[in-house]
Amino acid sequence: MNMQHSNLSTVRANDDAQIHALMNQVLGETVTISRRAFFKHAGWAGAGLVLAFYVDEASAKTSNRDSNEQLFSPNAYLNIAPNGTITVYSKGPEIGQGIKTAFALIIAEELDADWQALRIEQAPIDQSLYGWQGAGGSTSIPNNWDVLRQAGAVTRFMLITAAANKWKVRVDECHTKNAVVYCSDGRSLSYGALANDAAKLAVPDAKTVKLKDRKEYALLGKRHSGVDNNKVVTGQSLFGIDTVLPNMQYAIYQKCPAFGGVVKAANLDEIRALAGVKDVFVLEGNGQATELLSGVAIIATSTWAAFKAKQQLQIEWDESRASKDNWQTFIQQASELAKQPGKENIADVGNVDDKIFDNAKKTTTSSFAAYYSYPFISHATLEPQNCTAWYHDGVMEIWAPTQNATQAIQQVAKLLDLAPEKIHIHQTRVGGGFGRRLMNDYVCEAAAIAKRVSVPVKLTWTREDDMAHDFYRVAGFHALRGALDDQGKLIAWDDHFITFTADGKKPISGGEMSADEFPGQLLPNFRLTQSLIQSGTPCGPLRAPRSNAVAFVVQSFIHELAVAAKRDHVEFLLDIMGQPRWLKPGNIRALNTGRAADVIRLAADKGEWNRSLPKGRARGIAFHFSHAGHVAIVVELSVSANKQLTVHHVTVAADVGLIINMSGAEAQAQGAVIDGLSNMFAQQITLQNGRVQQSNFDQYELLRMPHAPQVDVHFIQTEYNPTGLGEPALPPLIPAVCNAIFNATGERVRTLPLSKLGYTWT
Amino acid sequence: MTSLTINGKLITVNDVDMSTPLLWVLRDHLGLVGTKYGCGIAQCGACTVQLNGTPIRSCSVPLATASGQSVTTIEGLADETGKLHPLQQAWIDHDVPQCGYCQAGQIMSAAALLKKKPRPTDEDIDNAMSGNICRCGTYQRIRAAIHTAASKMEGTP
Ligand code: FES
Ligand code: FES
Repeated sequence: MNMQHSNLSTVRANDDAQIHALMNQVLGETVTISRRAFFKHAGWAGAGLVLAFYVDEASAKTSNRDSNEQLFSPNAYLNIAPNGTITVYSKGPEIGQGIKTAFALIIAEELDADWQALRIEQAPIDQSLYGWQGAGGSTSIPNNWDVLRQAGAVTRFMLITAAANKWKVRVDECHTKNAVVYCSDGRSLSYGALANDAAKLAVPDAKTVKLKDRKEYALLGKRHSGVDNNKVVTGQSLFGIDTVLPNMQYAIYQKCPAFGGVVKAANLDEIRALAGVKDVFVLEGNGQATELLSGVAIIATSTWAAFKAKQQLQIEWDESRASKDNWQTFIQQASELAKQPGKENIADVGNVDDKIFDNAKKTTTSSFAAYYSYPFISHATLEPQNCTAWYHDGVMEIWAPTQNATQAIQQVAKLLDLAPEKIHIHQTRVGGGFGRRLMNDYVCEAAAIAKRVSVPVKLTWTREDDMAHDFYRVAGFHALRGALDDQGKLIAWDDHFITFTADGKKPISGGEMSADEFPGQLLPNFRLTQSLIQSGTPCGPLRAPRSNAVAFVVQSFIHELAVAAKRDHVEFLLDIMGQPRWLKPGNIRALNTGRAADVIRLAADKGEWNRSLPKGRARGIAFHFSHAGHVAIVVELSVSANKQLTVHHVTVAADVGLIINMSGAEAQAQGAVIDGLSNMFAQQITLQNGRVQQSNFDQYELLRMPHAPQVDVHFIQTEYNPTGLGEPALPPLIPAVCNAIFNATGERVRTLPLSKLGYTWT
Repeated sequence: MTSLTINGKLITVNDVDMSTPLLWVLRDHLGLVGTKYGCGIAQCGACTVQLNGTPIRSCSVPLATASGQSVTTIEGLADETGKLHPLQQAWIDHDVPQCGYCQAGQIMSAAALLKKKPRPTDEDIDNAMSGNICRCGTYQRIRAAIHTAASKMEGTP
């Protein structure tokens, strides 16, 4: 491990560069990578043996219950045993987005498997087989849609071929249903009975195998309960934190509360003498928050013994290079910057100044200004960061609730100077991701600790550790101007965006805005400028990065302009969309104004936009496009005279193309609504002298059941391929609530969280 | 050394400090990992178990308090034959879990509610469940699943 004696901004710049690279990797990951993995391993044999090495002992035993049993393994996504057991492997982590169920459904649909009888396992982490294995950017479904369908369809084709050969009939005389091949003459053979014969056939080129038409789907689009729900509701061991290994010990890792501080001295001898403490030592770390910061590890006989010892730990920190960030200072810096033009031009189309400032045109143009801001927030996954690692026989074996196992291998290899082949990661279920676990700092910590002890070690962060050492959603400030023509049409938009930087050059992760930011490409005059404030606070992606904050600003200000124009908000939005067109035809990640207009109309219709309401009760609407999803939301709420808020009803209208699992899709949209409400209502991370001031849920409140509204979700299943739904329903929720508050009270919300403006729940 | 009844079985616990929260006794010493750690300060409800039928936050109840008492955890909610409690079944039928981390605690709170109020209103549910955070936002389905389980348990539709 190399200690880097560089200053904080260099260290944070390196960190931030890593996070940027990661996000590019996540978002840039294309189907081609998965395809390559697929074809490479078409014809791959001995899956049972390979998997037995990685997959949990218990499941490996059952999947390999008879070692003489020949598995039909046409690819890395499934195999069929002669006894009829069909096992499919989910390559991605289950973080609550329902991917294990969705992936299996796609394979089962094309395979014509019996859904109820399917065994569904977590795939081993193996880049050569699966490419990148992680979850981020709502990309899992779009990036794996083709390859998973092909995996099922190729297998089904081989089973049909095996049956046709046996019966000496043509392939087109056969059909399949529920894991059985039928001949038109009435004969039938189960997939299990055909497995040995199918295994002898050459794997055909996936492109030559016909995939089903949508109208043939029997499973996709219906409601399916999550495949591990039985285990969840009976409390079986599933999550990273549930990992138990023989002779395992328990660890905590204490880092400096100010980001980047380094251990100078600690009362190690005192700690070592405490009951239940096995060992205590300092790790220098490599200075990277994404990998291993300096800290003290305590190894104990139980989690509680480790937690208790942690309370006795006294560390003297060298904070000379640590963050000195201060939220109040940031607010002042931002308001100074907002008075000046933006330092850097990101987009400048038409002539914004002419529309906004030109006095001569005052008779035909009205312009409006507003200043918006939002705070840093934390992910607060309910399962705190944790990881179990065991260094044995030259192998670092890791059990991790990560969203990004592929990169964890690279990081641990580099950090501990181990060959990547010597790092084996067991992907566990993940108790909430939200982008937090794209970072693998807790994995690196556990591995570094395990390298020092001879037994398996489970590292558990306390909730306080988790809140103090996140990669926060970056705060931001926007000085906006907009202009209307004399018809009340939006003709110009100017956004001076003030964000943060780690390297002094580019925005910190999560703080980037691009030239095609909505409504950029839709207006004749549009300018986006940017100014940066130096920060030492680690930031990273949080569910719908950028959009989760930008939507609040942009879609609230659009409402302000609609109000100024004395126009109906829905009609104003539809006017901005204009003619139905796809801004980058063929690019699924580009706005399609036709799809946008349709979800806006549907939300307005289902949310009863035009029905009148009693005083104090009102609706608000907002649209936002992010992560390839077009989503509009109508919120109905009441505000009492003393600012008590009740959200009665939320209507979500979304177009993410085909729906894979209706139950899972609705759950993602409902969850995003609750997450958005939670985020905007009371959440705020503030900083003082480089330290986060909130430490647990009593100071950082999550939404609770009494405040959770009814959420109705409506999908338009357009002919487009399915895209992800983990993220895009969150961004429009926040402005829809703010717009409804304005409609109810006349008060415009321009800063979050609402609790700081005096709002409370009824 | 102390003993307590866990899921109907008398269990003796050796060599555990009596101040250890019940949560960690269950998870680390008895291998019952269904009960979860979320906050450690009785704020999130992930660690909810029943102590003599009352829902408690096991992160904030020391072993000394539970000693000699009867504790039910998520692992003990199904009957001896393994038949799921109607709440567990309703949770599956409504596809409640997202990440699932909070759900053991949610179900244990709900089970205690139904013992007290076999046909709870939405308001009863909101009150009884307000100590259980679901970070993934499954509240709507939790409500629906509790109603379903309540009507099944009463034998009325
Ligand atoms: S862990 Fe006990 S209430 Fe959160
Ligand atoms: S399902 Fe994830 S916290 Fe409730």
